[in-house]
This record gives sequence, structure tokens and C-alpha cells, in this order.
Amino acid sequence: MRDENEVEVEQGFRVLSLIERYRLRLERKRKQLRFVRKSRELRRVVNRTSDIRAGDVLLFSVLRNERIRLPYFLEYYRNLGINHFLMVDNDSDDDSRKYLGEQPDVSLWHTTHSYKQSRFGVDWLNALQYRYGTGHWNLVVDVDEFLVYPFCDSRPLRALTDWLDASGVRSFGAMLLDMYPKGPIDEKEYKEGQNPFEIAEYFDAGNYMISRNPKYRNLWIQGGVRARVFFPNDPRKAPALNKIPLVKWRRGNVYVSSTHTLLPRGLNLVYDESGGEKTSGCLLHAKFLHTLRAKSEEELKRRQHYGNSREYRAYKQVLEKSPDLWCPESEKYINWRQLEILGLMSKGNWV
Amino acid sequence: MTVGFIMLAHQDLDRAAQVAAYWASHDSPVVIHVDARSDLRDFEGMKAALARHDNVRFAPRRPCGWGEFSIVAATLDAARIMLNDFPEVGHVYLSSGSCLPLRPANELAEYLTEHADTDFIESVTTEEVIWTVGGLDLERFTLHFPFSWKRHRRLFDRFVELQRKIGYSRRIPDGINPHLGSQWWCLTRRTLTAILDDPQRQEYDRYFSKVWIPDESYFQSLVRKHSTNIESRSLTFSRFDFQGKPHVFYDDHMQLLQKSDCFVARKIWPRADRLYQRFLDDNAKILVRVEPNPRKLDKVFAQANQRRIRGRDGLRMQSRFPRGDVWATQKTRGPYSVFEGFSELFSNFETWLERRTGTRVHGHLFDKREVKFSGGAKVYNGCLSNSAKLRDYNPEAFLVSLVWNTHGEHQSFQFGPADQQAIGDFLASDQNATIHVVTGAWSVPLFHSRMDFQRIRRIAARYQAIEARHVERLRSPHTRARVHVWTLAEFVEDPMTILKSVLDGIDPASSRKLTEVPRLADLHGFGQFVQKLKNEGMNPHSVGDFPLADMPGHGKPPIKAFAVR
Repeated sequence: MRDENEVEVEQGFRVLSLIERYRLRLERKRKQLRFVRKSRELRRVVNRTSDIRAGDVLLFSVLRNERIRLPYFLEYYRNLGINHFLMVDNDSDDDSRKYLGEQPDVSLWHTTHSYKQSRFGVDWLNALQYRYGTGHWNLVVDVDEFLVYPFCDSRPLRALTDWLDASGVRSFGAMLLDMYPKGPIDEKEYKEGQNPFEIAEYFDAGNYMISRNPKYRNLWIQGGVRARVFFPNDPRKAPALNKIPLVKWRRGNVYVSSTHTLLPRGLNLVYDESGGEKTSGCLLHAKFLHTLRAKSEEELKRRQHYGNSREYRAYKQVLEKSPDLWCPESEKYINWRQLEILGLMSKGNWV
Repeated sequence: MTVGFIMLAHQDLDRAAQVAAYWASHDSPVVIHVDARSDLRDFEGMKAALARHDNVRFAPRRPCGWGEFSIVAATLDAARIMLNDFPEVGHVYLSSGSCLPLRPANELAEYLTEHADTDFIESVTTEEVIWTVGGLDLERFTLHFPFSWKRHRRLFDRFVELQRKIGYSRRIPDGINPHLGSQWWCLTRRTLTAILDDPQRQEYDRYFSKVWIPDESYFQSLVRKHSTNIESRSLTFSRFDFQGKPHVFYDDHMQLLQKSDCFVARKIWPRADRLYQRFLDDNAKILVRVEPNPRKLDKVFAQANQRRIRGRDGLRMQSRFPRGDVWATQKTRGPYSVFEGFSELFSNFETWLERRTGTRVHGHLFDKREVKFSGGAKVYNGCLSNSAKLRDYNPEAFLVSLVWNTHGEHQSFQFGPADQQAIGDFLASDQNATIHVVTGAWSVPLFHSRMDFQRIRRIAARYQAIEARHVERLRSPHTRARVHVWTLAEFVEDPMTILKSVLDGIDPASSRKLTEVPRLADLHGFGQFVQKLKNEGMNPHSVGDFPLADMPGHGKPPIKAFAVR
């Protein structure tokens, strides 16, 4: 049996200069120091982590004012077999905190500090993962991201992580797939507890652009509806869609930026370069619901998002003019098999 | 006669106990070996769970590692207990803790009674096997392997290399004929007794303790010495993936497993509750007297391995990003055509070709202002946008996506020196591209334009230089695309024959008459135009040898349809 990551790391060893390796190591160590510092910004609301058992799959998330999304989010991931949720509330003023605090499988921290200064929540979660996630498979998602993986309708997440373990794979890629409704995004109102993809049921199937980042070796994917509608004249600024949300956590791991990139960088090799397909999934992104308008306005005031919240500026501008993201070529979502056939994700050799 | 089971277990002992209990309660004695490294509490729990079965025994626990002789030793211990304690046992079946019986116990017993003298064991000569991990077959028997293949791969490989280099070879003891095969066998009492009581057994055990992965060769080789009736196949369905690790079965494999008619399957995911429930429940089983038929399962597994190793041609996505040789030889999903100069020469070329071939014909996809999709669409299959900036951000991704998204529907598009040139190298290097070039055809619209002649001259010079570079690239030895180049003069000499060959290239089946041809542009006075360019100091060589006077028949569109044969 072959440990896939190890073989690749070995190949990398030969190609890479020692200096570059050392630099990345320093970067990783700096990030670790940083999250140790940033972890002091977290105040415990309720800590139920003593319930975590060996082999449990854990979910980590940062949120702000997402009360309406929480019930379905928790339900979805409980059904997939997440055993414990570790959440950071970035000072919500709806009752997200109260609601989460009452959930039996949620441990909750609260912070009033800057989302931006914690590198969009990465530092906070790195700290929690270091403390509670080591030795477990950790899933890091936002509350509007829903993981879809091969056989997710018939096998729990644990089946996937067991198989990844047996295959010697330590990280699992799942591209962000932006979902949107037909018609103006605030035409249909999302109701608490509802499956958001009953409303946002369309996606762009084949307009993605991929390049490889030589420094971290991850793929950089852009495209989809956000590039098509919001950044057709400035594609460079279109948001990154590559994500590696599921990782068997070791003590030295750190997320570098969002869940796009990890160190050590062997973890970023979730793709095959010799023609084969590694197993991968998708994160269905339920961003484009009626809630986006209020969110955009708030976030533009707070200016706590990436690139001076330029994304939210673009949303606001475009959505005021033509709020329909749907086009005649939009694909209606059915299930993971459809995404597999379209080539957005792959079963690899998992049967 | 009954069948006795030897079970080798090392984790998920609760599941192993469940299966052992099933066999034991169906009058099949079970001897269990639990890896000494397994958790003691789990082991105690297993013993307690099986305490009420008086036909269950436990072999002394040995620590077992992957590919170590201890697995064989444990099997031999258990076999001895089985043969001594249960004289009614006619066949002994070797299974693992993650095996699951798919057919009722009595069916297996019946099947074995019918084959009372047959040993079911996959036993293949080392010359025949193709599936060995690490590519080692006969060398498993003749080299030393002091380093762990799993933990010290490099040392392992180097030491093998060294032994090969100095020509080292171990002596294979007399009576051993090297064979390999699946670890999971079912042997008759007679054969197993002969192996256990072999006078040379001590020598064999010593020898095999240094063979690599002896659990796949010990019984497989010795059975050749002692058995008279070998059926070289395993009754346990178990398949390995490209990494050499067994495929795992889940609840959603229920139907596939049922249809396989295999007696036992490995390996089952310990949390596959429905599989355990269903297959350990006698009432749910339908009695069938058929031979095992794992063909369908094999197909599924073969496809999976194929997808992991080779993947889907022409797909670039988050977990498949071919580079190097693979990318060089295989870029797009299927054939497509590029036309350079045709839409300049024929006023209705695109609609004509689309109608004539029933395929999709785009305008200039790489036009600098916007992507000219067929029919002027703003978005195309897969939501490809007509934004030139998006396309130019990653032109390769654009074209690869276009071909991928259209699922084998043949795509054609126009290309020329006025377009964004960045894709040129990709086109030349893609073996799925067929490129038809009429050099100098870009001059026809210039000829018709009313622009200032100086400006025309400058544009002509620029286009000619761009086109020359492009054609040079197309003619380089690195080109994989199929390329056809004509000068404008050559083309107008016999346009219909060329159009016919183009059509045949797209759809060879439709080689019928050319009943309808596109309208050729008016070339009256084109010869003088060329001469005028020359007079201005520019040499439009790409146009070819165009006569000064008008050629007969050219210059007016063909009115009558005619056939080309």
C-alpha cells in the first residue's frame, strides 16, 4: 500500500530547494505563533468538547448574524454524521449565540475582535483545531457551505474519512460551487429551517479557470457565476473557489488563507498531475439568497472582508441593476452524481 | 461433513464476533486468531460474546504485521486446533474479521460436499501473475527483505536493487514450486493435514519466514506439493485497488453483492449496519444453487481503478490537473475544427457549414472584442461567457471547457490574424484540433473595404506577419494538430474540392453531393489589389501566386449547384 501524500512529498523534496522549504517552515511557525496570540481573543461561551470521542469527525466554523441559517446547517451536517460542532461567534447581534449555546453538540466561543485582523477567522479556527481537532478529521466550512462528496446520499462522512485514512490521504478537496435562484435573488424569501437549495437550485457547470500556485502547490480555481456576472471585466479579482475543507489534523497543520491553502503544503495536493482523478467533492454555496442584500449593506459598513470587501461592493452594484444571476445555460442541481458526470467532482477510485 | 472457519481478526472485533457467531450457530466450528496488538478489552468482549458457542476456539495470540510470517504462523496454529478439535470438519475456510458470508451457511456446506476433494485456492505461477504489489513476483522467493516496505520504502527498494545488481539469489528448498494467490482459501482436511505434517515443514517455515508477503505464497505454493485437485480460485470475493489495498463494501453495495452469488465477501465497512443485518439474517436469504459470478463487481472495480489512474480525457478540474506528458498528448475531450480565412472568403460560411454538417459552427471565438458564439449567444454551454476579458484571462481553460461542455458535439470556429493569438500554441499542440488555413484570405475584407490604402497596407503587413508566425508554428515538428494549409491563390483555383474534403473530415459518413455551396466573395480586380500592395512596397506572399488578370469563373458567386466527386 502506498501513502499518496508521502510519495508526493518525497518527489517535492528533490525538486525543492532547501531554502524554499525552510522559508515555508518559518511561515508555518509564524502562523502558529499568530494563532496562539489570536486565541486570546476568544471567550468561551460553552465548552462541551469533553464529549468528543476518538474517531469523531468535527466541524469548525466562524459566523456572524446567521441565526436564520443555523437550524438547517446543523441538521444537514448532523445527518452527514458530524459528531461535534466547534463554532466561533463574531459578535452577532441576532440571537445566533443563544441558539447555538443551547445545542447539545455545539461548543461555542465568542469574540468581539476584528474578523479581518484574524485573517478572516483563520487564526481563531487554527487555534481551536490545534487544541481540539488534532488527530481528528476536521471539516472547516462557513454556515452557507454544504459539503457534497461521492455517495453522500448513502454513506456518512465517516465512511469517507475511514477510506481516506486507509488510502493514506490526509486532505480532501471540495470546490466551492455557487448556487443561485432563477429570477431576482430576493424574489423568494428563505425561511428558517428550509433547504436553501430549494430556492438556489442553479449553478454554472463548465466555466471554471484553473491555474497552479507554485509556492503552495494548490490549484487556484476561479469562475462560475461570480466571475460571469460580477467580474467579467476584471477576472483576476474573481473570488477563489478552490477549497480543502476536510483535513486529518496534525499538530503542525495551519490554514494559510481561508480553507484555500494549507501548510505543510503536501496537504494542498488534492489533485493528480498524471491524468488520474483523485476523489473530490463540492461545497454547495448558498450565498445568493434574499439575505444577501442586507448582508452586503452591513458588510460594506463594517469593511471586514477580503480585499476591502470588494466582493460585496460588486454584489451591491450588480444586483441593483440586474438581480437575476440565472441564464439559459444554467444547470439545475439534482445530486452529486450529476456533479460527477459534469466533471466538477470525482469519485476517484472510491467505489 | 461440515466446513470449519479460521478467522484472522485484528480490529472491529464486535463485527468479527457477530460473523463468528453466525457460523458457529450454523454448525460450523470457528477458530479465531486475534492479533496480539489488538485492544485487550475488545478481545475480552469478543470472548464473552462468543462464550455460549462450544464450537468456537481461540488460537494463541501473536503480534501480526502486514506481510509478516506471523500471519502464516497464526493460520497454522489455528488450523492445527481446527483439525484436532473438530474431526467432523471436511473443509477448512480461511477468512478475516471483516469478511461477511453472502450466502447461507448450509449452501456453502452443500457446495463443498459436492466438491469434497477439491481445494479452492488461488494459486498462480509467478510467471503468470500481473497484480503483484511493487512488481515483485519470483523475486519474493529469492531475495531478502529486511526492511519494511510500508515504513522504509526507499531502503526496501535500494536493498532489492543491490541484490539484483550483485546477482544474489536465495536457494528455494526442494518441493517448493513458487506460486502466488489470494490469502483467502478453502482447503480439504486431507491437504491441510498434509501441509501441517509435512516432514520438511520446519525447513519450509524457516524459508518462508524470509519470503516477502508469505501469506500470499505459503499455502499457495505448498498446496502444489500436496493437493491432487486444485481449483485455482478463491471462494472469497476480494479485490485490491491500485494502491494494493482492498476495496471496501458499504450499505449501498447490497444489490451488487446479492447478485454476485459469491459465498463470502471482503472487506466490509464495520459500520455497514444494513449489510450485516441483511446477510446474517437467514430468513432474508433466497436459496440459489448457482456458481459465484463476480463479473459485475469486477467491472465496477476495474472502472474505478481506471478513473483513478487514467481519468477522463479532456477534463481539467479540481482533482485532475494533468501536466507534463499527459497534458502534452491529451488536452481536450474530442475532435474540433478551426477554420482560418474561410468566413472571409465565403459570406455565409458559418451558417452553411452548420446546416451542412449539423454540427456547431462558431464565429471568431477569439475575437478581441467579444467571443463570437454560434448564433450570437451571450452565454454558451456550461455558462461560458462571451466576455473577451474572461476568455483572455485563461484562453486554454476557455477552449478546454468549451469542448468538454459540448459532450462530443463537433465544434468548429473561425480564427485569424485579427484575433487574440495567445491560443495559437495550444491549437497547434492539441491532437484533437484540425486546422484549415487559407493564408492571405484576411486580405479579402481589406480588398472590399473603403479604408485609406496606406492604412490597408499597414494592416495587411501586420496580419501577414502574425499569420506567418502562426503558420510556422503549425508546421513545426511539435505540432500534433492535423493541419491543412492553402494559399489564397491555391484555394480559389479549386474551392469545391477543398470544401468537400473539409466536410469529409468533419463527418465522413455524409459524403454525398455538394448540393449547396457557400457564396464566394467577389474577387473581381483582386489581382490588381495585390499588385497595388506590391507597388506600395509590401509583398503579400501569403496570398500565393495570384494572377494579375481575373481568372475565368472567379469573381462571381457560383449560381448553379454542382457536384464534386
